[in-house]
Amino acid sequence: MSKYSMHLLVCGGTGCHASESDAIVCNLRDELEAKGLMDSVQVIMTGCFGFCEKGPIVKVMPDNTFYVQVKPEDAQTIVEEHVIKGRKVTRLLYKDPVSKESISDSKQMGFFKKQLRIVLRNCGFINPENIDEYIARDGYQALGKVLTTMTPEEVIKEVKDSGQRGRGGAGFSTGLKWELARKNKSDEKYVVCNADEGDPGAFMDRSVLEGDPHSVLEAMAICGFSIGASNGLIYIRAEYPLAITRLKIAINQARENGLLGNNIFGTGFNFDIKLRYGAGAFVCGEETALIHSMEGLRGEPTVKPPFPAESGYLNKPTNVNNVETFAAIPAIILKGAKWFSSIGTEKSKGTKVFALAGKINNVGLIEVPMGTTLREVIFEIGGGIRNGKKFKGIQTGGPSGGCLSEKHLDTPIDFDNLIAAGSIMGSGAMIVLDEDDCMVSMAKFFLEFTVEESCGKCAPCRIGNKRLHELLGQICDGKGTLEDLDRLKNMSLVIKDTSLCGLGQTSPNPVLSMMDNYYDEYVAHITDKKCPAGQCKNLMEYVVNAENCVGCTACARVCPVNAISGVRKEVHLIDSSICIKCGACIEKCKFDAIFIR
Amino acid sequence: MSKITSLADLKKRREELKSGLDIRIKAIDPENVVQVKVAMATCGIASGAKTVMEFFLEQLERRNIAAVITQTGCMGYCYAEPTIEVKLPGQDPVVFGFVDLKRADQIIEKYIKTGELVDGIIPVNYQTIDLKE
Repeated sequence: MSKYSMHLLVCGGTGCHASESDAIVCNLRDELEAKGLMDSVQVIMTGCFGFCEKGPIVKVMPDNTFYVQVKPEDAQTIVEEHVIKGRKVTRLLYKDPVSKESISDSKQMGFFKKQLRIVLRNCGFINPENIDEYIARDGYQALGKVLTTMTPEEVIKEVKDSGQRGRGGAGFSTGLKWELARKNKSDEKYVVCNADEGDPGAFMDRSVLEGDPHSVLEAMAICGFSIGASNGLIYIRAEYPLAITRLKIAINQARENGLLGNNIFGTGFNFDIKLRYGAGAFVCGEETALIHSMEGLRGEPTVKPPFPAESGYLNKPTNVNNVETFAAIPAIILKGAKWFSSIGTEKSKGTKVFALAGKINNVGLIEVPMGTTLREVIFEIGGGIRNGKKFKGIQTGGPSGGCLSEKHLDTPIDFDNLIAAGSIMGSGAMIVLDEDDCMVSMAKFFLEFTVEESCGKCAPCRIGNKRLHELLGQICDGKGTLEDLDRLKNMSLVIKDTSLCGLGQTSPNPVLSMMDNYYDEYVAHITDKKCPAGQCKNLMEYVVNAENCVGCTACARVCPVNAISGVRKEVHLIDSSICIKCGACIEKCKFDAIFIR
Repeated sequence: MSKITSLADLKKRREELKSGLDIRIKAIDPENVVQVKVAMATCGIASGAKTVMEFFLEQLERRNIAAVITQTGCMGYCYAEPTIEVKLPGQDPVVFGFVDLKRADQIIEKYIKTGELVDGIIPVNYQTIDLKE
């Protein structure tokens, strides 16, 4: 086995790397070499600790000492004091922000409690294709508890008391939804799992289905028992082939083990689950559209009421919940409503899974208690902005959500705070934007998606969004007027108020929030004909700097549209009316003689 | 496979599976061998996890190392795919990121064979709940 008795782990994440963690590694190795300790102490560079705010980080194993804000010159002290004499370097230890005490063992640090995995408890831990591993992790115990020791009313009360709200986006109380479905009498009812994850940048449902499919099956059976249904349907998009494969395996294994089917646990309760495939239409995430799609009709929403709880799939009472909502249910049943409601904020309980994407270092899937701030998510867990750029905004809730700016960074994330800030929780996609992103183009990008995905049934969404998209395009081209800004705002409000379903009622959110938070940028496009982020091609001009140009003709030869003219050894000229702003000339020029104005 | 017909049955099965005594499924006690888990969600596979898993299956056998290699779901470290977790007997599991074949080879030669750590470790930065009643 290893001859090393001690390991020094140095964070090599992007943040720490930028603050010279490379030099720390070198210095530590030099020190150890000088003291003849290279054979017993090993220096290792690791991935991100997710604690970038206090970086660079050096962790000493096996004693779990966690040094923060280490400088290259501290290497000597760490080796002489900690490694040789066994004394911890107090000044480098992490200090608790409240008690101001130094913490010597990283296991005691509150920071590592920032992420709490309830929904993702088995993801990346068990083999999703082996039911035994799920059972070994207390799988199907919650279903057993419910069927043998609880009444449906007790289960619904427990879920209601837990305070869980639907994770699909709207945030309706899960327990209340179940109660409504239970109240409606019928010979048959349905439990539907909404796995039609459509937000660009969201992949938490896919990850849960691919990593822990049984948790969803178990929860659906629990829901079936509570509302009095014996049939479950999972509506999943055909673009998720691996999730579909694993769900099929899981359903078969559950049937073989008698955990789905007839007379489950010998209690006389019957429940089975089938899959229904969607073709990937965004609007089918809306529950009435989803139900119509499952019925073989066009995926179009209908007016509520009647709610699915009264008349849903095949006109029978139907309860629709999202994947993430279901995945938390077994934990709520086993650990109790009191436990679940102790996590989170006053009106948003438990944890939320977020998919971090965009200009952030640690792109990934995280789960944090409700009430965690955006700053903690972006700058600690997410490792900050890529390439050391400046944070500009974060789009939460996908194309239905809004873009929050720097002033919202310390807002605790929950359903109500996000709405108050002009965005929504949505499914939990978080797209981080930096200084290079243009907020007019971004709004246009999200509108483009909505225009594509609108089902066209109601006029405000079908026509209104198209007009919004056109106006944004004009502004990007420098053809907008200040009146257009009022028009954008008024039209947005009308679309929100008059659209039939959630798609249209939320689609103007990116426009409204971006105009609200980045008004100056919109004005700059209109009055100065400038795009401050340098993204809008029609507002840029490529110009030759006469002082630097030596007349080598390289640019003229590479220009695909022959927009550059000039004689050899004389200053060249770019004709803006022909130039397509492809940037080929800038790349080719060796004399820095072309710039963007 | 016999059906589970009561809650008592399920609890019995859980205990059997937990202690790894279910010899029908695993002929060897997983606690005494090297355990390798490869994160195999769509994104992991897209960045090469399948090749990495095949490499471990083939090479650990060829190099005569007793090991259990399994797939698992997404670990959440999308920026560092492919990711794997290695658990040596009696030690805490260690997660490695950016595992290409070169690093996979290093992990076998250094970490698995001698316990010497290699670059690319991803520190665990979350807590998971325990479902114990």
